[in-house]
Amino acid sequence: MIDAKIPKGDLDNKWVDYKGHCKLVNPANKRKMEVIVVGTGLAGASAAASLGEMGYKVKAFCFQDSPRRAHSIAAQGGINAAKNYQNDGDSVFRLFYDTIKGGDYRAREANVHRLAEVSTNIIDQCVAQGVPFAREYGGLLSNRSFGGTQVQRTFYAAGQTGQQLLIGAYQALERQVALGNVQMFARHEMLDVVKVDGKAKGIIARNLVTGELERHFGYAVLLCTGGYGNVYYLSTNAMGSNVTAAWKAHKQGAYFANPCFTQIHPTCIPVSGDHQSKLTLMSESLRNDGRIWVPKKLGETRKANDIPEEERDYYLERRYPAFGNLVPRDVASRAAKERCDAGYGVGTSKQAVYLDYAAAIERYGKTEVSKKGLSNVSHEEIIALGKEVVKEKYGNLFDMYAKITGENPYDVPMRIYPAVHYTMGGLWVDYELQTSVPGLYALGEANFSDHGANRLGASALMQGLADGYFVIPYTLSNNLADEIYNAPIPTSHPAFEAAEKTVADRIATLKNINGKQTVESFHKRLGKIIWNECGMSRSAAGLKQAIADVQALKKEFWSDVRIPGEINEYNPELDKANRVADFIELGELMCVDALAREESCGGHFREEYQTPEGEALRDDANFMYVAAWELKNEHEWALHKEELKYEVIQTSQRNYK
Amino acid sequence: MSHTTMNLNLKVWRQKNTKTAGAFEMYRVENISDEMSFLEMMDILNEQLITTGGEPVAFDHDCREGICGMCSMYINGKPHGPWQANTTCQLHMRAFKDNDTIVIEPWRANAFPVIKDLTVDRSAFDRIIQAGGYVSVNTGNAVDGNSLPIEKSKADEAFAAAMCIGCGACVAACKNSSAMLFLSAKVSHLALLPQGGPERKTRVTNMVAQLDKEGFGACTNTGACEAACPKEISIANIARLNKEYIVAGLTSE
Repeated sequence: MIDAKIPKGDLDNKWVDYKGHCKLVNPANKRKMEVIVVGTGLAGASAAASLGEMGYKVKAFCFQDSPRRAHSIAAQGGINAAKNYQNDGDSVFRLFYDTIKGGDYRAREANVHRLAEVSTNIIDQCVAQGVPFAREYGGLLSNRSFGGTQVQRTFYAAGQTGQQLLIGAYQALERQVALGNVQMFARHEMLDVVKVDGKAKGIIARNLVTGELERHFGYAVLLCTGGYGNVYYLSTNAMGSNVTAAWKAHKQGAYFANPCFTQIHPTCIPVSGDHQSKLTLMSESLRNDGRIWVPKKLGETRKANDIPEEERDYYLERRYPAFGNLVPRDVASRAAKERCDAGYGVGTSKQAVYLDYAAAIERYGKTEVSKKGLSNVSHEEIIALGKEVVKEKYGNLFDMYAKITGENPYDVPMRIYPAVHYTMGGLWVDYELQTSVPGLYALGEANFSDHGANRLGASALMQGLADGYFVIPYTLSNNLADEIYNAPIPTSHPAFEAAEKTVADRIATLKNINGKQTVESFHKRLGKIIWNECGMSRSAAGLKQAIADVQALKKEFWSDVRIPGEINEYNPELDKANRVADFIELGELMCVDALAREESCGGHFREEYQTPEGEALRDDANFMYVAAWELKNEHEWALHKEELKYEVIQTSQRNYK
Repeated sequence: MSHTTMNLNLKVWRQKNTKTAGAFEMYRVENISDEMSFLEMMDILNEQLITTGGEPVAFDHDCREGICGMCSMYINGKPHGPWQANTTCQLHMRAFKDNDTIVIEPWRANAFPVIKDLTVDRSAFDRIIQAGGYVSVNTGNAVDGNSLPIEKSKADEAFAAAMCIGCGACVAACKNSSAMLFLSAKVSHLALLPQGGPERKTRVTNMVAQLDKEGFGACTNTGACEAACPKEISIANIARLNKEYIVAGLTSE
């Protein structure tokens, strides 16, 4: 059993007590201490900015051309906070409870409670930065509902909440750059963690423009590098999103927790063909107003609008009357898959369901009519008014759908299908967000800590910013207080030398393979294996086969990959090869983890473990733990368990009926 | 919907690095589905180049959903190609027909040097933000979010300006390589909100000074930037920027 260093005391007071007693670093000492932040999404940018404000000397790294590009920018729907501005019964406890339940009782209570506590500070901070959240006519902040909850606690900025929050954090970061507190390294990729006497003391980064390797020292290294959804090749992640930094940390001894907990988002634009390079999410907020259905008749050939109401199966409303279209993501995704597998899918591929706005458009149209006091209004006029309202709420999403599919979603129902979106698993961290390597931290999606086996909508932004703005400033200082006695380590130290050589050798080996197959083709094949066997449903036989297939793919990759160009120049193919090599190794671990977890929970659905109604069947007696994997040798991991001891919440089968 | 495929000629700018001169090269791609995105078509070109021993075309791209602002191609004489209010990554091959020749260039501006092929260096934009594109508020300083009511119309207008994705299409579209639309979007976003009030004058003064230092051209109000902007940032923001700048100058101590 491993120790998460959770503070003693009541759940309500753990974080308060921690903050009251943690060690501090005085301002003069902070100025002497360098800290490395890798990744500049919500977690990284907020951490780098906050630590810079506190006085630390921060070096921040991102692989994109600017920190503002990080994929947090693509988050659409919103950010949760227990403000209870809507007076609908929300509270810190309820947000905490919903998150634990939504995560199918596989998240750590203390971390989630802390997350719910600081959620309210995040909104205040972002408003102070000038984040233009949606507002009501009275000038106050607006909220909407999201899946897995029955209150309205989601703050948003149209369908671009992630963009606005990231720009806020990015601006705070650039302010610290201007003040000289943060040094920014864009177009740089971390390729190894440097350890001295067992502690993380720096990184090896590659300048992606020149190809040069650089050594950077820091008293601590913070990985804010996002999730690993691109292991599936097709996902809603950005093309560059990768697991490399986290995987290098894993190879240096950091445990990787719950890698099989991946989130398949129910509302994405379906795959159109083999050429597809990525999938596009249609925000979960669309489930607020949209109704999801498939035809009742097998082999239905009529167009959606020609199918009468009574011949439509609104399967979520049918199966889950209490939550309807707003069930959590894992439940909604599996239900879509079930209908499509049973033959009721729509569109050319039959791998899609309808998301229909007709009812919402009519409802909003009628509201407008009464708001404006109109009379003698035709049905067409009502629809036109309703379309205006829907356009204001979801216009950018509808436009995006139209561009990608060539169809007009105001007139015909959208076709959607689940796609890989988020990874709940990640580097194992303790209460202080420290990995099992001292001095090495993981924040945001890169860690595993807060979402259990399934993340609720609008909670990723909350967690990224909570970790960066409000958690790490305390927990890092608590640990750096003991480091002030240690002198900085020069980058000529043998540990840096050795780490740089390892990285250089690996790149040279990759480049010299000079095989026949492209990096992209390997990535696609990896994605198919993982999607088929470690995707929406998993089985022992399938996972065993997948492990063998991934191992074989790894051999083939390392003997037949072709990387054009030179090492010492701007070479995106080489960057991609470095990342895909790591994805292949991670893919194997995901299957190992999925095989070992002989239960179904959240996004992890084992065909062998389900209720007669096809719902996930948890096994709390045997699997109420975090699976933290330690790499021993190639293809060999040791399992460390962190027992999940719930002090407050009683576990039960999740019920959204 | 029925789908078609097409064969295309691509005239692509190739440039080894910042220091080397570049030139156009012709390529042919076949069986391109009209369902593909433009960048997926470029992926196919690159796979073709790699497997036949060539060098793939380097281009910036990341989210491929029109929000990160990384993609930056000049397609047939227009930043982000022929569609209105669109990024290159959201451009789909439906926009083209069989046997078209498509000309693909990088952003062209002195302030955006070419790194390789279609990839340019836009770090000048980050430095403009560093000059004042923020509210100076440290983490932990904030009061309750609802203690500061903001008129909905003001908040919406600020949001419309804050939607800028920093792609640089405005600069690429402008005959003067002016970055006024980009700058004005940030100045407007913060000038429209009470949070931006205390630093209103220094912000606009410092950001304009940095803009000039980076070598962007002057604005002559042709409106090409607005027409090319994937997020439809309004040129009215430039008018607001000018007002902010003049007021800051006239009222400085």
